[in-house]
This record gives sequence, C-alpha cells and structure tokens, in this order.
Amino acid sequence: MSRTALAGWLFVAPAVLAIAVFFAIPVVGALAMSFTDFDIYALADLKNLRFVGLGNYETLLSTPLFWRALANTLILVVIGVPLSIGASLGAALLLHSKLARWRSFHRTAMFAPVVTTLVAVAVVWRYLLHTRYGLVNYGLGQLGVDPVDWLGDPAWAMPAIVLLSVWKNFGYNMLILLAGLQAVPEDLYEAARIDGASRWQQFLVVTLPSLAPLILLVAILTVAAYFQLFAEPYVMTQGGPAQRTVTVLYFMYEEGFRWWSLGSACAVAFVLFVFMFVFTLVQLRVSRRTAA
Amino acid sequence: MKPDALRAAAVNTALVVVTTLTLFPLFWMASVSFMAPGEASHFPPPLFPASPTLANYRELLGAEGILRQGFNSLWLALAATAMSVTFNVAAGYAFAKLRFPGREQLFRTLLGALVIPAQVTMMPLFLMLKSMGLVNTYTGALVPWITGVFGIFLVRQYAQSVPDELIEAARIDGASELRILLEVVLPVIRPILATLAVLTFLASWNDFMWPLIVLSDRDMQTLPLALASLSREHVQDAELMMAGSVLTVTPVLAVFLVLQRHYMQGLLAGGVKQ
Repeated sequence: MSRTALAGWLFVAPAVLAIAVFFAIPVVGALAMSFTDFDIYALADLKNLRFVGLGNYETLLSTPLFWRALANTLILVVIGVPLSIGASLGAALLLHSKLARWRSFHRTAMFAPVVTTLVAVAVVWRYLLHTRYGLVNYGLGQLGVDPVDWLGDPAWAMPAIVLLSVWKNFGYNMLILLAGLQAVPEDLYEAARIDGASRWQQFLVVTLPSLAPLILLVAILTVAAYFQLFAEPYVMTQGGPAQRTVTVLYFMYEEGFRWWSLGSACAVAFVLFVFMFVFTLVQLRVSRRTAA
Repeated sequence: MKPDALRAAAVNTALVVVTTLTLFPLFWMASVSFMAPGEASHFPPPLFPASPTLANYRELLGAEGILRQGFNSLWLALAATAMSVTFNVAAGYAFAKLRFPGREQLFRTLLGALVIPAQVTMMPLFLMLKSMGLVNTYTGALVPWITGVFGIFLVRQYAQSVPDELIEAARIDGASELRILLEVVLPVIRPILATLAVLTFLASWNDFMWPLIVLSDRDMQTLPLALASLSREHVQDAELMMAGSVLTVTPVLAVFLVLQRHYMQGLLAGGVKQ
C-alpha cells in the first residue's frame, strides 16, 4: 500500500470505528431487539430474553396509544410543515426586498431562537401560553378573542406546540431560502418585467421555480424535524391533555425508558424510521414529477 | 406618497413586526427573571419588574445548586467539540485528498447512514453503555458526539478546495502525512474548523434526549435536564423558571452572537451545497 493510502486509512479509522461501534452496531442491534421481548426482566438477567418474531409490531398495532401517537405526529407534520415553510419563505422575501432596512439586524434577530435551548424556550412558552396570566391570551383578548386553554384543551395543545416550533425554527429555513433568493439571476426578473409580468407573476414564474430545489431540501429537513419532536411535549404537556401531544418519539421514550420495554421501543423506532423514509421518498418523487 | 415609498413603509413595518414578535419571548423571559416571586401571575400580565431583584438567580445558584449542572453542560459541550473537530477533520481531509482503496464506497455508505434517525440507536446504545458501567458518566454522555457524518461531510467539502500542489510540495520536501495535515492543510481550512466547532458546541449544549436517557444522577445532569425537572417541581414559580431559562440560554446566545458568521456559513455550506 502506498504511503498516502496508508495515511488515508489511518486518518479515517478513528471516525469510521466510532461510527461502526456507536452507530452501525446499535442500528443492527435495535433491529434484532425489536424481534425480542426485551423488558425489565431481561434487563436484570439476559436469560429471560425471548425471541418473539414480529410480536412487538403486532402488539403495537393493537395498542390504541401507539395509533394515537402516530396520528398526533402526522397531524403535527401536516399542519406544522406548511406553516413553518410559509413563515420562513415570508420572512426571507421580506429580508430580500431591496426596500428593507437594517437587514442584518432583522436577520440575526429572527435567527436567534434557532440557537436557543429548546427546553428553556419550551418552559418560557408554557408560561406565555398560560390561560389566565399568559401574554398570548392577553394579546388575543385585546383583539376580542376569548381566552384559549392552550395546554389544557385537547384540541389546542398540538397547535400550541406547533406555534412554539414555528417560532423556534423558522429562522433556519429562512436563512437557506434567503441565500437561494440572492442567487436568482437579476436578468430573469428583467426579462419577466419586459414581458409585462406583474410582481405576483414574477414571483410565480421566476422566484418559485428558482427556489424549488431549496424548498424541497427545506421541506425534507422540516418533515424530519417534526417527526422527531420530543422535548416540547416532555416539558410542556407530558403528552397530555387526553394524550393529544404524545408523539411517536415520546411514546418510544416512555416504552423504553419509563416502562423498560426496550424491545417494543426498538420496534417503535423502526416504525418511525420507515415513516420518515417513505415521506422523504414521496417528497422526492413529487418534486421530480412537478419539475418534469 | 409615491407607490415606492408606500411599499417601503409596508416592507419595513412588516419586518419590525416579525422581529418584535420573534424577540418578545426572549425579552419577556429576561424581564420576568428579575421579578419577585408571584409577580408575573397577575392580570394584566406585567411586562417589567416593579422592583428588579436577583432573588431568583440567588435561589438557583444557592439552594438549587445549578452551578454544578452548568459546569457539566460546559464541560460536555467543550469535550464534544474537541473530539468532533479532531476526528472529523482527520476523516474529512482524508476523504477529500488522500487516495486509498475503498474510499468512495466508504464515503457513500456513510452518507447513506444519514437517513437513519439517531433515536433508533438509543436503546442498544444504552444497554451497551450499561454493560460497560458508563451510564451516568461523562463518557456515556459523550459517545454520540465522537464524530458525525455531517461533520465529516462539511470538512470534506471544504478541504476539496485545498490546492493539490500545496500538499504535493510538502510531500516532496519530505514532510510526514501527519505534519502535512497539521502544518499545511489546517491553516487553510481553519474557517471550517471554526464553523464545525460552533455547530457542535451549540448542538451539544442544547441536546436533551440522549442526556435524559444516560444521565439520571442529579450531579451529572446538564442544564436542560435540570431545567426540565425544576419545571416539574416548581410549576407555579414562573419567575424562578425564567431565571433558569436565562442561565441556560445566555451562553449559547452569546456564542452565537460573537461567532455568527461562522455559524451561518456552515449552515449554508451544509444546506445549500447538498
């Protein structure tokens, strides 16, 4: 082996070894565990471990809370993703406008929530959303809206979490879309203007098609992020009210680390993986079809 | 008014509204943290403390002893950053510039692994660490941070722009491969090191789920964990909880504000170039 080849192997070895031991092996291990009844007895003594085939998956299918968690997570994705991307795109368009002033200040301010600690801002929002003393209801009251029991009403708890998520994360996608907007060649707008396109038509004919690949990227990242929502319900609602904020990951955490049904928790993790994978494929397929 | 002036007013008003709404929760958190116990729970909700007090901070640092968790957070974030920079730079550089058999297949396999959510590994990883006696240790908390595919990818993208002639010239001069990496390549790719360091520090400081699983001793916990359990014990104490949130968020906001150029660069390099 040549000198550079040897050096190459030595340089990648620590990272590849760490990924193999602490990622690849656990992934295979999780798949294997999902076919066993690994529970608190097996945790005490591995002799109690039994192979159950697809038993965990079958049990999940007949567990109402699992279906609830799946439905909650899908609701979250369906209402959260468009709102998040809409907010990011709106903010990016505002910042990109030639008429905007103090742009870098606004950009930094809108990005700030992204770097904050989720647990800390979830705690903050829990108080902002307080039914009696929360400023959200106070603000709505000024507009003549009756107080909403955000975190206590089964119908409103998930929208409240979406509100927090949109606030916390819109700056991230905004930054990516803003970079995309800045990369759209000015000539395209020029040509559209010469053809007599209005601003709205320019947006539809020039801006959106140019941004399409980035919107796809942003959509894939955002869908994945909503699928992996965990700390918000843990801090704000503990899965309630009426289990309306139990997400798939929250369910997995409770199965695995509260009830110590680790085999079942692994099965939940793989169901989540399959859902995320399918959603990504669907998005890629849809975007390819619209591009063609 | 001319239509352009009108439009400018509309755009800038909208920007001010969005920025105000975005910053408001952070402002409110800071303001309430200086209020006396119970002060925030009034109607209409007060925006400013009647007489600012440090009592909440004193209680957190004194009775609750949150300094210990602050130290844990800081130490774990620094260690995670040091490890991730070391291993990702070595690997990223090798994937970009050193030809070795199997390089392309290996890199493609690593990229493929990105589709698997990390939570899948948590149950087996916990059992693995438990059997090694590493639950409730710093080592256990750090294991997922040793290296990451995204970090390797980031360094590789950047290192590809290092001119081959530079590396070749050092080789002809008889420099060892390690010396080439440390003395020739590192100075050139320093910007991406800063980016990677900031990204890792912030992600580790803010991490919640893995520390929640692996660190159950109060003395080993990080700030987000301490905050989550405090918020369950002190549901009514809005002022105390806001002080805790300020202590948790301020370090990361400060790092971000000082190093935001590096942070945003990395984000765009990772996002846009994919």
